[in-house]
Amino acid sequence: MHGHVAGVHPRHSESAFARLSDEELRRLLHLALSKGGDYADLYFEHSQTASYVFEDERIKTVGRGVSLGLGVRVQRGEATGYAYCEGLDEAAMARAARTAAEIAEAAARPGPQLIESRSIPSFYPVGVASLDSPAANKLELLRRGDRAARAADRRIVKVVCSFSEEQREILIVTGDGHRYSDQQPLLRYGISVVAEDGTKRQSGSGGGGGRYGIDYFAHKTPEHYAREATHVALSMLDAVEAPAGQLPVVLAAGDSGILLHEAVGHGLEADFNRKQTSNYAGRVGELVASELCTVVDDGTVSHSRGAINVDDEGAPGQRNVLIENGRLRAYMQDHLSARIMGTSPSGNGRRQSFRHEPMPRMTNTYLLAGRDAPEDIIRSVSRGVFARRFSGGQVNISNGDFVFSLTESYLIEDGKLTAPLKGVNLIGNGPDVLTKVSMVGHDFEMSDGIWTCGKEGQSVPVGIGTPTVKIAAITVGGTRT
Amino acid sequence: MSHVSIDKQRELQALAERVAELAIDDGADAAEVIVGAGQSLSVKIRQGQKELLHESESHGLGLRVFVNHRSAVCHTSDLGEAELRRFVHETVELSQLSEPDELNELPDRHDLIPLGQSVVDLDLWDDLTARLSAPELFEIARRTEAAALGFSKKITNSDGASCDRNAGYMALTLADKAGLAFSGSSRGTYCSFSVEALCDDEGGKKRNASFWSAHRFFAQLASPESVGQEAARRALRKLGAQKLATAELPVVFDSDASRALLRTLAGVVSGGAIYRKSSYLCGREGTQVASPLITIVDDPLRPRGPGSRAFDGEGLAARRNVIVDKGLLSGYLLDSYSARKLGRKSNGCAGRSVGGSPHVSTSNLILHAGSTQPTALLDGIERGLYVTDMMGFGFNAVTGDFSRGAAGFLIENGQLTVPVSEVTISANFDDLLRRIDAVGSDLDERSSTMSPSLRVSKMTVAGH
Repeated sequence: MHGHVAGVHPRHSESAFARLSDEELRRLLHLALSKGGDYADLYFEHSQTASYVFEDERIKTVGRGVSLGLGVRVQRGEATGYAYCEGLDEAAMARAARTAAEIAEAAARPGPQLIESRSIPSFYPVGVASLDSPAANKLELLRRGDRAARAADRRIVKVVCSFSEEQREILIVTGDGHRYSDQQPLLRYGISVVAEDGTKRQSGSGGGGGRYGIDYFAHKTPEHYAREATHVALSMLDAVEAPAGQLPVVLAAGDSGILLHEAVGHGLEADFNRKQTSNYAGRVGELVASELCTVVDDGTVSHSRGAINVDDEGAPGQRNVLIENGRLRAYMQDHLSARIMGTSPSGNGRRQSFRHEPMPRMTNTYLLAGRDAPEDIIRSVSRGVFARRFSGGQVNISNGDFVFSLTESYLIEDGKLTAPLKGVNLIGNGPDVLTKVSMVGHDFEMSDGIWTCGKEGQSVPVGIGTPTVKIAAITVGGTRT
Repeated sequence: MSHVSIDKQRELQALAERVAELAIDDGADAAEVIVGAGQSLSVKIRQGQKELLHESESHGLGLRVFVNHRSAVCHTSDLGEAELRRFVHETVELSQLSEPDELNELPDRHDLIPLGQSVVDLDLWDDLTARLSAPELFEIARRTEAAALGFSKKITNSDGASCDRNAGYMALTLADKAGLAFSGSSRGTYCSFSVEALCDDEGGKKRNASFWSAHRFFAQLASPESVGQEAARRALRKLGAQKLATAELPVVFDSDASRALLRTLAGVVSGGAIYRKSSYLCGREGTQVASPLITIVDDPLRPRGPGSRAFDGEGLAARRNVIVDKGLLSGYLLDSYSARKLGRKSNGCAGRSVGGSPHVSTSNLILHAGSTQPTALLDGIERGLYVTDMMGFGFNAVTGDFSRGAAGFLIENGQLTVPVSEVTISANFDDLLRRIDAVGSDLDERSSTMSPSLRVSKMTVAGH
């Protein structure tokens, strides 16, 4: 096989793509360009997944899945032709290449003369892939989580633990004849619980993971996640109605990075800016956030859920400063947008699977640490909200309005955390809210690996991170007026 | 290229039956096989130019086996003969990792649609839709976008117009040691198109709105021009949107926004949420959970319905289930497992996809239209909020706490006045449903969740 496979220890089974010869790859690219496309690429993917669910004190479900296929893309100007086939049947692959070619209507162009393997960095080396680790170890992780959650408190009445793992092998062949391959491991552990006290009931969840082997859970233990989940459910049993209206909000370090993802992240994806549909279009160089804000999208964060050695178009994962001291520096580019906007891809061309065309996507998006002590930030608020955990967020990239939903939050009164608050939404406008970032902590944290981002029907794993942050005023969507 | 034929359906069913038999031969006590296949074509036009042509032919097979009440669920896209044999064998082996659960088994044979009995024809296939070509789709998208851009000079941009057509086939087979227990197949078509129009507001903000049409039958789609114009109209009326002062107000949801409320309800009446105690509606059957104006049914038997199905994901005959009857919670939606957990019988609400286990899913979820003209819902409202868009995931199923981002219009003295954005609307969902004091006559039948406009007497609107 070709050299330079990034990072990951070879699997027991040989590469699913070993039998694809350079000659065959060249032939497919020639077919893809047979109608005169400007550019074409091939994306082979072999994905193996497994999942385990522990419920009612037993291993309830085990499952496995395999998918294998090729996606062919052809570009002509701003237009894209895309077709895929399941499996690696020669005739089906040729058909996909010819179908994608149809987007163009001109004389054939030559494809690359040579296919050359390219090396890529290695941000998530894993000793033994989780899928190749004995199942018994995974089942034990689930049992331990269940035991710990049940033992935490007699009010915990329901526990569901789950473990899912994926090993994705990709092979990308670009129109200029470069061949990249990567092994992308991904695992995720989760516990959700329900607590009951008289007539009150509440849920809580915890979990994490990333591009690791199963040894990750030696450090982040099932007991740790059980504590997280039960803590949320038990503390929120006594939650009171949240306030409604504009208030100062302090966001805890870690998962609050969802603010960056929604408030600016999507708006800085190049496709929306190339098409002038984002409210950040044409604003590079302008002040779009408080000078305390430096926002980075970084595919190189070691083992993080959003890390990529190479993106799904053959660009190496890299660290991109999007906003520097409040000033907009750059958009996140994929191959198509970069070509049209006259710049270089930034390692953000991602796709859900071989069934999907790539587009600019985030990897790990975070805010750099500042100078404030987290306790000083809380102390500075006389009446506001402290937000610790979230269920998700959403943004309208055209007008910049975004929301994110709090699942664990507390009232701040006279600089101290007091009552837990019922689930509530925060709503703001991206450029407006980021100018209201008034304090940034020195306690930077990445989230644990649980987040998945959706865009135009495609889901990809991402990471987020932030230090403790104070927003001087944002609309809190509670019920108490 | 794409061959569209009833033979495809028979071929998938034969494959499902063969794999089910393989699993029994391999030592499974029972097996359930689903095979799915689809052909789809989707295109996008932006600024009058082709932006995307995406064509796919996909297939996959899902297998669930039971061995001494242990089970495993696997799926693969590799349907080669040798590969399938190995896949079946590995699935049977994998089941040994799970632990016995007496409640986890196939439905009772007597509850299944008997072998050889033909299932009801719901008229879900349109040859015309299945045969739509790329140039035809591009033309629909082009006309839709042109209508949006041409509606007004103030429409300055478009996020493009898309048009898709899909033809899907599925086959489901259940078998045990006594042989085949159920075998059925179905096919359906679906076509949709949409456009998003943009206009420029003050302060660099853009206002956007999209509109769409969808149907199983090509001839029943709206005209591209009407869809494009509606998207433009909806974008333009958002110009100048502002926040509101925080207050408790009556809230009217248009039929689009109401659909999201109905989806929220679907999650908390499913058997899985009930036995997991993850619903605020646990133990509430027979009690008042909504205004007496509200009746909600799940009806899989609507001819040509977007969510229609003749049998559920476990081979039971699909049936109409009343969920809320004039405000009273009449029942939950159950699959076999959640039914057994709750000590009842399934009411045929299992969904099944190639990639997962059976689980409760709605078919056509319908909130019955009322008698009030949509415009009359505003009558008598001195100050209120008319919601056209909602954002975010602010719902706690266990407690019913509901809080979402919203945009729409201020209602003043029974009229829509100023456009509104960047506010949240909150209430406990239990209160929200009981506070519905008027139901519109404008049932939106475009998708498998169908709702008319609704008026809620009071919610908290948070703004500045």
